[in-house]
Amino acid sequence: MSHILTPRMWLTAFLGITRRETLRFVNQRGRFLAALVRPLVWLFIFAAGFRAVLGLSITPPYQTYVLYEVYVTPGLIAMIQLFNGMQSSLTMVYDRETGAMRTLLVSPFPRWFLLGSKLVAGVIVSIIQVYTFLAIAWFWDVEPPLMGYVTVLPALILSGLMLGAMGLFLSSAIRQLENFAGVMNFVIFPMFFASTALYPLWRMRESSTLLHDICAINPFTHAVELIRFALYEQFDLLSFSVVLGCLILFFAGAVFMYDPAKGLWARRKGGA
Amino acid sequence: MPQDALSVQNVSHSFGRFQALKDVSLAVPKGGFTALLGVNGAGKTTLFSLITRLYNSTSGRIEVAGHDLRREPGAALARLGIVFQSRALDADLTVSQNLTYHAALHGIPRREAMSRAVDVLAQVGLGDKMDARVSALSGGQSRRAEIARALIHRPQILLLDEATVGLDVKSRAEVVELTRALTRQGVSALWATHIMDEIRPEDGLVILHKGQVLAAGKTAEVTGGDDLTEAFLRLTGEQA
Repeated sequence: MSHILTPRMWLTAFLGITRRETLRFVNQRGRFLAALVRPLVWLFIFAAGFRAVLGLSITPPYQTYVLYEVYVTPGLIAMIQLFNGMQSSLTMVYDRETGAMRTLLVSPFPRWFLLGSKLVAGVIVSIIQVYTFLAIAWFWDVEPPLMGYVTVLPALILSGLMLGAMGLFLSSAIRQLENFAGVMNFVIFPMFFASTALYPLWRMRESSTLLHDICAINPFTHAVELIRFALYEQFDLLSFSVVLGCLILFFAGAVFMYDPAKGLWARRKGGA
Repeated sequence: MPQDALSVQNVSHSFGRFQALKDVSLAVPKGGFTALLGVNGAGKTTLFSLITRLYNSTSGRIEVAGHDLRREPGAALARLGIVFQSRALDADLTVSQNLTYHAALHGIPRREAMSRAVDVLAQVGLGDKMDARVSALSGGQSRRAEIARALIHRPQILLLDEATVGLDVKSRAEVVELTRALTRQGVSALWATHIMDEIRPEDGLVILHKGQVLAAGKTAEVTGGDDLTEAFLRLTGEQA
């Protein structure tokens, strides 16, 4: 067998990894349902309750007053992707505890490619979830412009990659499966609540300048805003730059951590 | 002299201050069955992690079928088949889905992978389990499926890390016998174990203890005619 990796072999490996992730997702129907129910509960119950309490002024990209359900939708989309990113990091930790991660890493392809393929596969799964959510939300009067469904796609790819890379990076640092509960408490919840997913930035400033500043530098805020603008056929340069920058940072961090010569593999003893 | 399927020369490895491997050298000849015998914590898994490049080896030299792991990692890894101690198959997927996934990780296209899957599953006696979910397999079947997975990219050497752990006596014997049969077909095997019964006098033997190679050679030569357990205890200086 030749050890020269041809472009066709790279493509085969990428498709193989994507296929495995999708098959796993399809086979775990509970996971799909959970991923869908979570944002729908927020949309149907939380947003309905808050509708009366929270007044929203006209903020870009919206040109009129919008219902709270409409405002909160991009945040819930980003939440789907955040959970999905963390879920794939959870499977990475799980895979590492079994031998599946080793199987992936002993492939003759370079690690950045293997991790990158796994990342892209996770994003594809998250996008399927997002469009299913958007389809249901449409019946709940969340009706962005038709073209918005198309223009949001590149934003979803980028934000999905960034949140997935963050999960990948975190997975390299989590030692054991149980620690994922810690990730929930210390990463997912703070990121979600200290962002523009549920309330606009100006509302935050009214209650605390510090909180406003935290929200403003939170990468999740920028993922939400990137999606929000894209869903209304607009492009937000600041959000785009922050999301892209974070993607590069997190992915480089993950590749470093999974490198056999550096990161955790070099230091780890025994059954990593 | 014919080239060895695997050659490890003067390899050491430390985790912080703890030295897990000290100047380890061993060779697995082509088509040979070599047992790597050591108690838990002897350094077997660390050595396997270095050979599979999960850890970077900084000292010494590891060659797989003549390919230096540090200089040509892709070529070396392409020639290695590995059965890990922990379960590595996706329980939710079918046997053939697992196998084609693994083949893809070696750049083997789906159609080719499917035909190879039929061959390797027949080889391990699981020809009728192509479409069975891994979760439906018994412990022994699942191990044999792992061996099929490790064979699908046609490696020159198989590494098996405590492949019989958790299996009943019958399944254990079947897995050992299967591996021996494979070596007769030309694949070399490095069989890490702590179970003496799995080793025969004609096998190659490397005794690893506290990170050091205490003895290496044909089992019959290492034991000098003694019982393997006695020889092992004598060499390691431990009590029965």
